[in-house]
Amino acid sequence: MDVPPVVMLDPIDSLRDRRADFPILGETVHGRPLVFLDSAASAQKPVQVIDAMGDAMRTQYANIHRGLHWMSERTTDAYEAVRGQVAGLIGAPAREEVIFTRNSTEAINLVAYSFGSLMRPGQAVVISEMEHHANLVPWQMLRDRTGIELRVAPITDDGDLELDALERLLADGKVALVAVTHMSNVLGTVTPARRIADIAHAAGARVLFDGSQFVVHRRVDVQAIDADFYTFTGHKLYGPTGIGVLWGRRELLDAMPPFMGGGDMISTVTFEHSTWAGLPHKFEAGTPAIIETIGLGAAISYIEAIGYEAIAAHEAALVAYALPRLAEVPGLHVVGAPAERGGVISFTMDDVHPHDIATLLDRNGIAVRAGHHCAEPLMRRLGLSATARASFALYTTREEVDALVSTLTQIRGFFV
Amino acid sequence: MDRDGLYQRQVIERARAPAHAGPLEGATGRGEGTNPMCGDRVRIGIWFDGDGRIGTVRHQARGCAICLASADMMAELAVGQDQGGAVTMGRSFAALLQTGQDGGVRPELMVFAPLRQHRSRIRCATLAWSALEAALTGTPAEDSKDG
Repeated sequence: MDVPPVVMLDPIDSLRDRRADFPILGETVHGRPLVFLDSAASAQKPVQVIDAMGDAMRTQYANIHRGLHWMSERTTDAYEAVRGQVAGLIGAPAREEVIFTRNSTEAINLVAYSFGSLMRPGQAVVISEMEHHANLVPWQMLRDRTGIELRVAPITDDGDLELDALERLLADGKVALVAVTHMSNVLGTVTPARRIADIAHAAGARVLFDGSQFVVHRRVDVQAIDADFYTFTGHKLYGPTGIGVLWGRRELLDAMPPFMGGGDMISTVTFEHSTWAGLPHKFEAGTPAIIETIGLGAAISYIEAIGYEAIAAHEAALVAYALPRLAEVPGLHVVGAPAERGGVISFTMDDVHPHDIATLLDRNGIAVRAGHHCAEPLMRRLGLSATARASFALYTTREEVDALVSTLTQIRGFFV
Repeated sequence: MDRDGLYQRQVIERARAPAHAGPLEGATGRGEGTNPMCGDRVRIGIWFDGDGRIGTVRHQARGCAICLASADMMAELAVGQDQGGAVTMGRSFAALLQTGQDGGVRPELMVFAPLRQHRSRIRCATLAWSALEAALTGTPAEDSKDG
């Protein structure tokens, strides 16, 4: 009997068949095949997500939590089932601790407003130098509203968090919350979450991780990293826009006042007074993003079917391939060299501005992001006004990295 | 590479070696245009001649090739204009890029016409003209989310 040969696929090629799940990848841009290297801004959607949302609207849709009819009950079941999926995805101990928001920005604003309302002047929040504006501006607003202090933990020139400095910032015991990214959208830095949590907890502070980039590439276990709050957004995770997640420890969420008032978040209402619903509904005022939540559920099913192990291996291999290839481009400088990098590579090029790079790449069908990536203070810290950024997804191929490298080489030649 | 001719040689050369970049000290009028979305910034200084017309314009531009080349060309074309003429020139240029209507735009500026196909980059080219208008009218240049 012939034994079929065992073919070990290179991790870069292992997910190649999954490209067929993403209809948009068959499109052309300016007459060239689309090479989409801007997934860190927002990922493309597999047909499984597209169909789940369409099917819900075609066959099973009504408002949730309020209808006494079949359609409402079934739609409520579908919506609430996603809460369980999210809990499973991130290792949350209870589904009620999963709060649906519009995106990660709203999730952080919720914590800044609601947890922040329990803070007192003299207390402090610590963020890092590499935060997205979403994890900076809400804390500035809280500071200006309540008189708390906002402290910024430095990063090294390589783009890693300076843990010693973080410890020093916490030493006076005034810090109530450390809020940092789990993976930088500019540098690709994966932060040592468990160590950060340990440092925060040792000083009596709580810790929030912005996992918007991380959950796309690696499995997070909020209990293993000992997080107190964790946020992410659906649209970067191959799901739709308009749906994000806040996970928080029950005892914290229970103690926090509601963020927004309205329907669905109340227990009883009179003209004089209202009482709040329990978790998670206390934080979900009004009709939520039902269709988008169902889409997020389909995205999570899609991710789980592929498996984070395969996704992480693909990404690590792609980054390991891309970094030396990019180094071949004359005048190109990769920004940062973090100890652990996810599938995000920012770069600059001598004599060519990032916007000119992005425009010329676009004319050749290659989509990257250029600018400050919603991290202006980080740009200033790095001494840059802008970078170009290529970011990878599970559908990214070696050939797409090759196309990026060869087009960048042409662009450089064009300008010099 | 650049199939629609946005980056013509003239644009790249001007961006690389601008003829009118320089210090702004002593300028009669100064203006600035910024684009908060991308961090581009153009500062300009104006020196008037005896007739109240623009005698010299110098710029300090930080940005992409389109931004730098446009600033340098603005500094050249504005010379000899009075306030009204210079403002009109800038607004006609912006209208050309935004609507495609060529309302008497100086032919030298047509090198930027391909920007019409790159809506997100139009602000890069109009930034210097916003700075000029700010310098002439004394009003801060309007920030834009474009570009």
